[in-house]
Amino acid sequence: MKAILALEDGSLFAGRAFGAEGEAKGEVVFNTSMTGYQEIITDPSYTGQIVVMTYPHIGNYGVNAEDEEAARPYAEGFVAREFSEVASNWRAQGTFEDYLKRRGIVSISEIDTRALVRHIRSRGAMRGVISTVESDPAKLAAAARAIPTMAGSDLASAVSCKEPYARAGAGTAAARLKVVAWDYGVKRNILNNLVRVGCDVTVVPAATSAEDVLAMKPDGVFLSNGPGDPEPLEYAVRNIRALLGKVPVFGICLGHQLMGLAFGGKTYKLKFGHRGANHPVKNLLTGRIEITSQNHGFAVDPDSLDAARVELTHLNLNDQTLEGVRHRSLPAFSVQYHPEASPGPHDSHYLFDEFKQLMLEPR
Amino acid sequence: MPKRTDLKKILIIGSGPIVIGQACEFDYSGTQACKALQQEGYEVVLVNSNPATIMTDPDLADRTYIEPLTAEAVAAIVERERPDALLPTVGGQTGLNVSVELAKSGVLAKFGVEMIGAKLQAVEVAEDRQLFKDAMTEIGLDSARSRVVRSMAEAMDYLGENGLPAIIRPSFTLGGSGGGTAFNREEYEAIVARGLDISPVHEVLVEQSLIGWKEYELEVMRDLADNVVIICSIENFDPMGVHTGDSITVAPAQTLTDKEYQIMRDAALRIIRKVGVETGGSNIQFALNPANGDLIVIEMNPRVSRSSALASKATGFPIAKIAAKLAVGYTLDEIPNDITRKTPASFEPTIDYVVAKIPKWNFEKFKEADPTLGTQMKSVGEVMAIGRTFKEALLKGVRSLEKGKSLASEKIVPANLDKALATPTPERLAYVRYALASGAKTAEEIHRQTQIDRWFLQQMQEIIDLEKRLGRHTLATLPEELLRECKRAGFSDQNVAEFLCADGGAGEGAGDGIAATPTADAVMALRHAKGVRPVYKRVDTCAAEFESFTPYLYSTYESACEAAPSGRKKIMILGSGPNRIGQGLEFDYCCCHASFALKEAGYETIMVNCNPETVSTDYDTSDRLYFEPLTFEDVMEVVAVEKPDGVIVQFGGQTPLNLAVRLQAAGVPIIGTSPDNIDLAEDRKRFGKLLEDLGIPQPTNGTAMSREEARAVAARIGYPVLVRPSYVLGGRAMSIVYDQESLDSYMATAVEASPEHPVLVDKFLEDAFEYDVDTICDGDAVVIAGVMEHIEEAGIHSGDSTCVLPPIMIDPSLLELMKKYTRQLGKALEVVGIMNIQFAVQKGVVYVLEVNPRASRTVPYVSKSTGVPLAKMAARVMAGEKLKDLGITEDLRVGHYFVKSPVFPFNKFPGVDTILGPEMRSTGEVMGVAESFGIAFAKAQLSAGVKLPQAGKVFLSVNDSDKGTLVPIARELAAQGLELLATAGTRERLAKEGVEAALALKVGEGRPNVADLIKSRKIDLIINTPLGSQSYIDDQVIRAAAIQHGVPCITTLSGASAAAKAIAALRSEAFTVRSLQEYHAK
Repeated sequence: MKAILALEDGSLFAGRAFGAEGEAKGEVVFNTSMTGYQEIITDPSYTGQIVVMTYPHIGNYGVNAEDEEAARPYAEGFVAREFSEVASNWRAQGTFEDYLKRRGIVSISEIDTRALVRHIRSRGAMRGVISTVESDPAKLAAAARAIPTMAGSDLASAVSCKEPYARAGAGTAAARLKVVAWDYGVKRNILNNLVRVGCDVTVVPAATSAEDVLAMKPDGVFLSNGPGDPEPLEYAVRNIRALLGKVPVFGICLGHQLMGLAFGGKTYKLKFGHRGANHPVKNLLTGRIEITSQNHGFAVDPDSLDAARVELTHLNLNDQTLEGVRHRSLPAFSVQYHPEASPGPHDSHYLFDEFKQLMLEPR
Repeated sequence: MPKRTDLKKILIIGSGPIVIGQACEFDYSGTQACKALQQEGYEVVLVNSNPATIMTDPDLADRTYIEPLTAEAVAAIVERERPDALLPTVGGQTGLNVSVELAKSGVLAKFGVEMIGAKLQAVEVAEDRQLFKDAMTEIGLDSARSRVVRSMAEAMDYLGENGLPAIIRPSFTLGGSGGGTAFNREEYEAIVARGLDISPVHEVLVEQSLIGWKEYELEVMRDLADNVVIICSIENFDPMGVHTGDSITVAPAQTLTDKEYQIMRDAALRIIRKVGVETGGSNIQFALNPANGDLIVIEMNPRVSRSSALASKATGFPIAKIAAKLAVGYTLDEIPNDITRKTPASFEPTIDYVVAKIPKWNFEKFKEADPTLGTQMKSVGEVMAIGRTFKEALLKGVRSLEKGKSLASEKIVPANLDKALATPTPERLAYVRYALASGAKTAEEIHRQTQIDRWFLQQMQEIIDLEKRLGRHTLATLPEELLRECKRAGFSDQNVAEFLCADGGAGEGAGDGIAATPTADAVMALRHAKGVRPVYKRVDTCAAEFESFTPYLYSTYESACEAAPSGRKKIMILGSGPNRIGQGLEFDYCCCHASFALKEAGYETIMVNCNPETVSTDYDTSDRLYFEPLTFEDVMEVVAVEKPDGVIVQFGGQTPLNLAVRLQAAGVPIIGTSPDNIDLAEDRKRFGKLLEDLGIPQPTNGTAMSREEARAVAARIGYPVLVRPSYVLGGRAMSIVYDQESLDSYMATAVEASPEHPVLVDKFLEDAFEYDVDTICDGDAVVIAGVMEHIEEAGIHSGDSTCVLPPIMIDPSLLELMKKYTRQLGKALEVVGIMNIQFAVQKGVVYVLEVNPRASRTVPYVSKSTGVPLAKMAARVMAGEKLKDLGITEDLRVGHYFVKSPVFPFNKFPGVDTILGPEMRSTGEVMGVAESFGIAFAKAQLSAGVKLPQAGKVFLSVNDSDKGTLVPIARELAAQGLELLATAGTRERLAKEGVEAALALKVGEGRPNVADLIKSRKIDLIINTPLGSQSYIDDQVIRAAAIQHGVPCITTLSGASAAAKAIAALRSEAFTVRSLQEYHAK
């Protein structure tokens, strides 16, 4: 079956339908990871986005329950040069094709994905539609232009959990640290890593107030990753400000952007974002380089931060964008990239340990 | 960290001659290292014994030593040059071993030389099996279980712990022979017993069998600040059990989830830190149990390797160049990525295509060798192909091998299918294809028999499905959609033609005309008419995330083309494809030189090649690089995009020459000697006529298209005759035939004669000596660049002969005659560029054996001997300049003795006789330079691994016709203080002439016989000429024992005579080292 991907600027890519039938709409972004398609498609941060995988063969090793980052896929649509019809891996529990069909993800293959990526690179991220039902280019382009823009939308509250839930580690609770995580679209492996370093985590909806969080008497508060623009999340920024100085805070990705806003900074939209597992980040405190996993379309403007209060801790070596900050006097830090990886290298796992240390420091 | 300023002068050790397992990938890495360090302002001292390398170009180092890669010779260089540091990691295992020896013997400490990149201790941990295993255990990683056992009792004891199947490897046997895999107790006992017996130290290694596990490699880089990145992951198509050099390999890994990949990545980081390789690239191999993901560390190379060359080409990340910079103190983030310019080297490349590497084997030259692929590498070269899918990469790779036939037309014996699947050989891929295509096996059955991953088999199945769909159409009914789909899957036009139904055949629209199989040309015409053309994508390290400034391109069938050709004056150079015996590094050297020279002359240069080991496929070598198969179709498509002003076909060996006539007919502007004149020199009839017209003698000859014709020609010209197929390189299937019976057998088995491929029959000139003349011509002037004298008599392939520049035995008048003939031929063939002529001199007559109006494998050797870069000059001449404008007005002269010696792969092929003949079998070459012939010869021999003794025992056994000639040689050896041993007949003849020798027993004559003496190291040199079929077995045993125990074995008397001179020189003259820059100082 045929499928078409149409972009808001009228560009068309005709290919083969894969997965579910129908239409998928969203901002078209690309990810350069060569492995980890299942983690990517289930990352809630991809809400509202169609993901183009730059690696041409996707689906080779099938899918399995362990590699899910959330209970369901969040990417709106998926694009690859070629999807595998078979699953070849000892952990595989099914083929990617069945998975996409079952989960209703409309996908397209057999298009020149490299041309598409170069187009996005030069023109910037744009909205698009994958359709297996409509073939009129004008209608599809119009449909793409009708998609709400990413900037200004609060997508986080839509994907946040509705009720709090707990993720506890093994051992006696007394010996463990109590962390409350604000869920803006959290990935499972962040929680896994917090548990790994000795935390019991309570995940709460994004709209939970600072008072309610403090009432839980946490040793630390975690600000999760999540989709979309941080600026509309004024409630989240207010809540974070209310906590700063009262409890150690650690943020990742959207959580980092919210931290930046809470520190008084500004955020902006990147031309086409960072999505991949090979971005070099320099830790400015140690001089070491980490190969990082990234997934963000917005960033914190370092010039908007008050250098007297906020220290820049991490820098992206590809384009010199800000990758991490910490408060000079308050126990709060955050990184733009994904130390939990999944997919990606484990070079930055140490940040979870640093969060733990921060919580253990006497105040 | 900025670069170190305490270092001024750095020594780089190369890898020596091309041998199996160590090929021109180390020329690539060494060249990169030299360039990188020179650019950083360091003084570079280079040593390598291989003159065919680009790294030994005098421009690439401040001092270039072409000297033996022995600890003694390199120590002499260290003493002379006093370098501050030694970079041991870019010269393969040879360079590393020499470095370790120098470090251990105290030479480095004595002269204050620091090892940079990897310290001695790190190298030892990586290289020592037990130390490495212990290190892995300490960091919680598994390695294969193994134990060295010295008795059956120990072996049985270990069986309980290790289990079955088990791998048994006898220690120190030639090519790992005598080992095997035991699947049951009975086999285990039998193989251990055999192994204990065959091992000279009576021990075997019993190892956990990982057969069927998946094999992966990671290329890792580390800097002095302990930043570590992975450059590339590689997955082997062939599972564990086949050496990675003999496996089809694919980048990146295809069947690992991110979780498994990251486990492997974490392990790699821990390993490089634990082993302690400070900077640079390392290669780590893993085995993964496909049933449960268990991971085992196989080994680590603490240096750049064949895989790192592949990874560099596969990703665009130049590992050796970066490794050299890291070794002098830079950190990864301080080095820019050349391709994106604005991002740093401290990242992990990501690719948006698939790379397939396929090995090339030369078993047809080693008939007695076992083609089973195992833990010892046997391939002589490789190709790499890039496609947007694995299917495309695989099919492009297969046609890059230049096998002359497609995978589907390989000879298949259906009855052998099970064995061919279960036992890996070079034919396995063709059998897998056959099994799927014929329906003889399901993919699942093939997986069970081969353990090849199901995903790869599925990809092959998809190719076959397309083949079958093609079979339902004729050219006329072929839908554009299907044509495009096939092209996207990597089908060549030839493949499409092959699987289409013949016109008028059984396909749709069948008429009653005569069935005509469509040709590749017809498919190409149709394809062009429908506008189905390839586009070119860039290799950019980053999957298009950043702009690429380096035109490193590959073809694919998609929508957007990134070639962006320039409007400059441009010249395209066709490379030489995969290394093989007869066509190796020498041709890559010529192609690179052409590119360098034309760049200097202001042209844009475009390289087309598919060999990942080479310097020519470094994106830095030419302005533009097309990593493409060298077929008519692939080249024509590049030409269509680039529209070059000139195309050079005479530097890449037979590969581009085979395309020349068709390219020219298709309107491609070939520059230099015209393809028609190149063809003339290859065409027996036309060429014979030319020689006749010029009055130049050639051996009487004829051509035969059948056995009867061959008999008639041989009868006319008289035996012995030299027989060979036309249009081959490296003396493929060339043979000297002494009687009609052997001629019949040759015609029946060795060749398939046909009107298109006649067999050439030449009078064989006995007791003649051969000369190679290289010349450079500009259409007017003919300049003789060098006359090389072969040491061995005629009948031995020129590539397998040792030769010397200048000649030492030739009569001056005959030398003049050769030069005169050369000039005549250069003019007559209107040569523009390089020409090589082979002459034979017999009884005062000069015969022309062969004319090659193109670069031959002697070009780098002559260039380094004369100090004049011939290929560069030739390229300029081909682009229109005249020799006199380039400052070359007279024949070139050589001021010292330059001896070139071949290097053979016999130690990899037990059972293959080492006797030299007209079929070339050497894989590489070395050069010895000195003020006297004797020392130059000794150096060349030493570099080739032959250590001529200055004392000890010489064993002599020669055939009757050689006995007279042996006498003065024996006398000279005795005079040098060597003790002589001889078999009865030889001894008797020597005694008659007053030369005394002790008696040595032949193999059948009692014990201890000569083989026993060799095995117990009581013989230091063997001179053994073939005694004919009667004593063939005896000779074989002697030569096999010599190879096994590393005793020099000379099989020609001319070689023995040279050796005697060399031994005398070694005893009377000093062995000194000197750089090329000094030899050629004006």
